[in-house]
Amino acid sequence: MTGDQTSRDVLRVSGLAKSYPHPMTRKRIPVLKQIDFTVRQGEVFGLIGPNGAGKTTTIKAIMGLISPDEGEVTLFGRPVSDVEAKARIGFLPENPSFYEYLTGEEFLEYYGRLFGLGRARRRERVNDLLALVQLERARQLPLRKYSKGMVQRIGLAQALLNDPEFLVLDEPMSGLDPLGRRLVRRIIQDLGRRGKTIFFTSHILSDTEVLCHRVSLVVGGRLRDLGSLDPLLSEEVQGYDLVLTGIDAGDVPPPGRVAADPEDSKLLVVLDGSEDLQSYLLKLFGSGARLHSVTPHGRSLEDRLVEELENGAAGEEGR
Amino acid sequence: MSRVWAIAVNTFREAIRDRILYLLLVFSLLLIVSSVVLSLLTVGSRVKIITDIGLASISVFGVLISVFVGIGLVSREIQRRTIYTVVTKPVYRYQFLLGKYLGLLLTIFCNLALMSLIFLAVLAWQGGTIGPVLLAAILMIFLELVLVTGFALLFSSFSTPITSAVFTMALYVTGHLSGGLLLLKDHVKSEVSRWCCDALYYLLPNLGLFNLKHHAVHGLPLREGQLLLALIYGLLYAGAVFLLSVAVFRRRDFQ
Repeated sequence: MTGDQTSRDVLRVSGLAKSYPHPMTRKRIPVLKQIDFTVRQGEVFGLIGPNGAGKTTTIKAIMGLISPDEGEVTLFGRPVSDVEAKARIGFLPENPSFYEYLTGEEFLEYYGRLFGLGRARRRERVNDLLALVQLERARQLPLRKYSKGMVQRIGLAQALLNDPEFLVLDEPMSGLDPLGRRLVRRIIQDLGRRGKTIFFTSHILSDTEVLCHRVSLVVGGRLRDLGSLDPLLSEEVQGYDLVLTGIDAGDVPPPGRVAADPEDSKLLVVLDGSEDLQSYLLKLFGSGARLHSVTPHGRSLEDRLVEELENGAAGEEGR
Repeated sequence: MSRVWAIAVNTFREAIRDRILYLLLVFSLLLIVSSVVLSLLTVGSRVKIITDIGLASISVFGVLISVFVGIGLVSREIQRRTIYTVVTKPVYRYQFLLGKYLGLLLTIFCNLALMSLIFLAVLAWQGGTIGPVLLAAILMIFLELVLVTGFALLFSSFSTPITSAVFTMALYVTGHLSGGLLLLKDHVKSEVSRWCCDALYYLLPNLGLFNLKHHAVHGLPLREGQLLLALIYGLLYAGAVFLLSVAVFRRRDFQ
C-alpha cells in the first residue's frame, strides 16, 4: 500500500477480535474473530449481516466504547481514544437513547458544547439541523415525548453538529416511517455527495444498495468484502437492458432477447452479460435501430448476501 | 474545562428535574420547621433541641440526596445508553466523571444552602445565635457529603444502582463507627488482629472528623487546627476516591 493511500484512510481496522464471558459459565464466547478492513476518504461503506453477526460490536470497537481483545483500530491515523480524532467524527448508535428531561433544543445545545462549539456557531448549527431533520416544531418538546422516529432524527442531528468529516451510523433507518426513511436516505446521499466519508450498518438491503459505494458482510464474527455495488465497477455485469426504437421485434438480431414489446413502439431487449456489448450495438445500428438507453445490471445485494451466507454455511459444515 | 462544566450543568439539570430530590427536600424542611414544636414538648433548652434536630436533618437528608441521586450518576447513563453519544464526543472519560461529580456536588450545595437558610431562620426566630461553630458544623456536613458522593460515584461506575446504594450507605455507617476500631484494638491480643484493626482504621474514611454537631449544640470551642485538618483530610480522601473511580471507569466496556 502506498503512503498516499494510507493517508487517505479514514478508518483502519486490523485483526480485530473480541469475546465476552458467558453469563453463567464465564467461558469466553468470541463475537468478532478477525476483522480487517479500511474505509477511505469520501467513501460510503456499508456493513451488512444477520442479527448477532457482530455489526454493533464492530462499531463499538471503532468508537472506543469497548476495547478489543486483539487488533487495532485507527481513525485518521490516530488511536480511537484520541479526542482530536473524535472531534472530526459524528456517531449515531443503534436505537439511540438520549436525556429524556431535555427538550430537543437543549439537547443539541448541550452536545454542541461537548463538541466545543462557540455560542454563535452552536446557535446556527442547532437551528440548521433542527430544520434539516424537520423537528423545528418539536424543539421545545422534552425528548420523552418524542416518537421513536423523532428520536432517530434528532440522533442524526446530534451526529452532524460538528459538520463531521466521518460519520458512523449504526442502523440509521431503524424506527423510521417511510417518510422519515426517505428523509434520512436523502440526508446521507447529500453528505456522500459533499465528500463526507460514511460508515454504516443496516439490515435494510435496498437502502444499502442505493447509498453505498462498497459493502462488506459480517457473518460469524468474520468479514467478507462484497466489493463495489456498481455493476460497471464490480465487473460482475449480469446483463444489459437496451431500449430501442425503429426496429420490429422480429428483426432484433440474436443473441439479444426481446423482453417487452410495449405499444408505444419502444422495445426492451435484454443482452446477456457474457456477450460483447460493443459489437452487438454495431449490429443493431446496422439494422436501423435507434438506441435510447443501456442499463447494465448485476446481481442484487440480496442475491449476493444469500449466496455468501449459503457458501459460509456450507464451508462451516465442510470443516 | 468547558466540556466538564457542560456535563456538570447537565447533571445539575437532571437532578433538579428529578422528583425524588423535591420529596427529600420537602421532608427535610418539614422536619426542620417541626423542630420548634418538638422543642416545646421536650425538657431542656429549646435552642439546643432546635439546633440538634436542624443539623441532624440537614446531615441525614444531605446523605440521602447524595446516595439516591449519586448512585444513578454513571450506572443510569450506561443502563439507558445515553453514555454512548457522550463519551464518543471529544471528551476524555475522566472529564465525563469529573463533570458528573461536580454537577452532583452543585446540586447538593444548593440543597444544603436552602436547608441551612431555613434552619438558621427558624433558629434566629426562636432566639438562637448564629455563631462561627454552627456555620463550621454546616460546612463540615458539606465536606462529608463531598466524600460520600465520591464513594457513590465510585460504586456507580462499576455496579448497579441498588448495589451502589447499599455499598455507599454501608460505607457511611462504617465511616462513623471507624473510631471503634481503635477501641477494639486495645481489647484484642493477637498481633494480626491488632494490625487488621489499624489497617481498617486508616483505610476507611473517618467521617467522625466532620461531625461538629455536638460542638454546635453545646457551644463547645473547636481545637486549634481542627477545621483545617478535617478540610485537608476530606479533600485528599475525596481526590483519592475520584482517582480510583477514573482508573475503574477508563477500563470499562459499554456492552
